[in-house]
Amino acid sequence: MNNIKANRLKDQIFKVWGIACTLLGLVLLAIFIGSILIDGLQRIDWDFITSLPSRKAERAGIYTALMGSVWVLVLTTIIALPLGIAAAIYLEEYAKKGRLASLLEVNISNLAGVPSIIYGLLGLEIFVRVLEMGSSVLAGSFTLALLILPIVIVSTREAIKAVPQSVRDGSFALGASKWQTVARQLLPASFGGILTGVILALSRAVGETAPLIVIGALAYVPFAPESPMDEFSVLPIQIFNWISRPKHGFEVNAAAAIIILLLITFLMNGIAVYFRNKWQKKLG
Amino acid sequence: MTEQAKDKVLDNSLKRVHKLEAKGVKVFYDNFEAIKGIDMQIKANKVTAFIGPSGCGKSTFLRLFNRMNDYVDGFRMEGEILIDGKNIYKKKVNVEQLRKQVGMVFQKPNPFPKSIYENVAYGLKIQGIKDKKFLKEKVEESLKQVALWDEVKDDLNKSAMALSGGQQQRLCIARTLAVEPSIILMDEPTSALDPLSTAKIEELIYQLKQKYTIVIVTHNMQQAGRISDYTAFFYLGELIEYDKSKKLFTNPEKQQTENYITGRFG
Repeated sequence: MNNIKANRLKDQIFKVWGIACTLLGLVLLAIFIGSILIDGLQRIDWDFITSLPSRKAERAGIYTALMGSVWVLVLTTIIALPLGIAAAIYLEEYAKKGRLASLLEVNISNLAGVPSIIYGLLGLEIFVRVLEMGSSVLAGSFTLALLILPIVIVSTREAIKAVPQSVRDGSFALGASKWQTVARQLLPASFGGILTGVILALSRAVGETAPLIVIGALAYVPFAPESPMDEFSVLPIQIFNWISRPKHGFEVNAAAAIIILLLITFLMNGIAVYFRNKWQKKLG
Repeated sequence: MTEQAKDKVLDNSLKRVHKLEAKGVKVFYDNFEAIKGIDMQIKANKVTAFIGPSGCGKSTFLRLFNRMNDYVDGFRMEGEILIDGKNIYKKKVNVEQLRKQVGMVFQKPNPFPKSIYENVAYGLKIQGIKDKKFLKEKVEESLKQVALWDEVKDDLNKSAMALSGGQQQRLCIARTLAVEPSIILMDEPTSALDPLSTAKIEELIYQLKQKYTIVIVTHNMQQAGRISDYTAFFYLGELIEYDKSKKLFTNPEKQQTENYITGRFG
């Protein structure tokens, strides 16, 4: 009898410990968001979003950084999406399973773990210098595209893998070629899953700071980029810049910009979750 | 007509009788010999059943006729498979073309995650047919052939995944018929279905043999007896006995066959 009581007690203790562990992260996040909101919320208005940077904290806005982020996001998508999906299709449907395939596989997983600053150095050498793109939006986008490529490949492969083998069999048995099966069955069926992975990858890209600083993205740009070859800044760099200034007003600006950045990532994650749920229902 | 030409005509008509033919067929998965040398002829417009215990190679053998084993890792084959007298494993054979001629229905109903209409039209669309009117007619005709039309005619745009298992399987047969094959391979088509749906599929197979040569793998001996004209008994990668179903089920030649059909093993 005693034994049972002791076991129950242990059970209870672990339960409380587990709740505490779960809450720790959430509480910290809540405190963080709370303090940011208190600091920055009153600063956010339409002017803050549409104003150019300024030396005066109360007149400075995030327009150029926000537009820079949008430019980078769009170009990164355009570059990473076709590359990542094509690579995933090749690995999943065409490549013969063997030593070479598993070597490729391991290394793609490895790439996903490479620190982002290393990608920045790679981008600096290849895109900025060798390909002479300069510290442009395009160079930044290529760098971030490289950074998220492994994530896009891995998540696309997972999504394609999740389509039952029986769908492939059915398609082949009707005389479809491999490409027809990929284009007409596998991609439509895994669309939601691919989209989810891509959005999550992009929401990581939008928060990246280090690689863009390395390739020479600026903390202060007077105008929003108008072409892929223009210089640019992005939200995280703007935040970094404001925080490092002594004046209190810039701290408030930074908090407000953080709220905007968080909103963007939460929104993207929300969209990703929505597509994942919708897609799971369809396949089930 | 010269004697030689006459011989040739006779030859061809003999081949017509034997729609499918296997000559010294061996199949290996890496080093495992799954089929150990089979010679067999299958008659046109008949239902031929493959029976045998799990792992005896009957499904592997069936999948040779539309080259569905080609994608399996480690697959290797020796010998010849002939359809209408032509070796389908020759290098220049177009596999996609072959599969339009040789349809296949699988063990588990596997409709595409698309609408009912798209499921049936798929085989035609991948051939590049875009004529909407033709596609519509063909879809209707195929669904009528499997007696599914009345059940789904108002829901053609609904997802095929919402149909019952039996309806899904009939849809898969309709999808196969739409591309007008001459041979239909069925790999345990009713093993995942309830008795009522099974009866409907069996009825359907009985009607289809007027137009098609049907080869069916089944674990259900009663089913083989009910619907097939010929039955082949496989065991451990070998063809043990092959005869008219009536003969094989009432008076088998081999002891192994008798043991199997009377349920003493397998």
